Amino acid sequence: MNAPRSVNSDTWAVAGRTFSSRLIVGTGKYKSLEENAAAVEASGAEIVTVAVRRVNISDPSQPMLTDFIDPKKVTYLPNTAGCFTADDAIRTLRLAREAGGWNLVKLEVLGEAKTLYPDMRETLKATEVLVKEGFEPMVYCVDDPIAAKQLEEAGAVAIMPLGAPIGSGLGIQNRVTIRLIVEGAGVPVLVDAGVGTASDAAQAMELGCDGVLMNTAIAEAKDPVLMARAMKAAVEAGRLAYLAGRMQKRRYADPSSPLAGLI
Amino acid sequence: MAGRISIAAMLSELGLDPGKVAVERNLEIVPRSTLHDVSVEDGDAFEIVHFVGGG
Repeated sequence: MNAPRSVNSDTWAVAGRTFSSRLIVGTGKYKSLEENAAAVEASGAEIVTVAVRRVNISDPSQPMLTDFIDPKKVTYLPNTAGCFTADDAIRTLRLAREAGGWNLVKLEVLGEAKTLYPDMRETLKATEVLVKEGFEPMVYCVDDPIAAKQLEEAGAVAIMPLGAPIGSGLGIQNRVTIRLIVEGAGVPVLVDAGVGTASDAAQAMELGCDGVLMNTAIAEAKDPVLMARAMKAAVEAGRLAYLAGRMQKRRYADPSSPLAGLI
Repeated sequence: MAGRISIAAMLSELGLDPGKVAVERNLEIVPRSTLHDVSVEDGDAFEIVHFVGGG
């Protein structure tokens, strides 16, 4: 994707929806809904991922996410976390579409509990079905440029490769393949999963990604609201550095002060 | 459930806001616009879901 000239109007668009914030945050693992809402606010995120789960009919009066994070102000992106087959993910998203009333969703189909690595065969199958049914799936995937291309051809509206396993906080393990995916993609690319701290998010943006999606890095920080602020700043800094175009690396020193006039 | 009631009525009896949940009846989505029209039948299996925090 071409870098825009004006940094001030640096927005990005997915499936025809335009956003200013390039940070998408999850809403899991927080100590309370209050803390969750405060972290979302501090992150500046305009999109949050949410899960679809059974209602608790024994206590229908317990507080709901929608009471703390207003779906009219923040775009809810329903996610299929916890689904291990295409059929389960499709079923979950059909329900999500009915609950929320929109087609923009996040698809993830996991291969195993230990690594939570995506099952790309099932992911591709689910993408094809969802697109046929009118969904606009943003798709979590392996950091493989060929798999990314296949998802785009199947109709994924965004490609979301992992930086490292979900919840690991290991940072981006393969910058080369993330960059290859960015260069090959005609749809937005967002690093999803693996970010542990601010520099990881900045690195994703410096590689030319359109955005970053994270949950645990903020929710499990000692001070989640402060980390949300850090991530906002990191995503913006990384984006600006990408637009600015970094200097070439050299193997040896190059003095910053002029040699002429040296006493 | 006594007598024939709609799914919307069933949700209300359970204390749920039909505007905030999605309902699957015997593995088929029940469109929200029809919750008032579809009756609950003997032996129906329901899934009632909503949005919760997640990654």
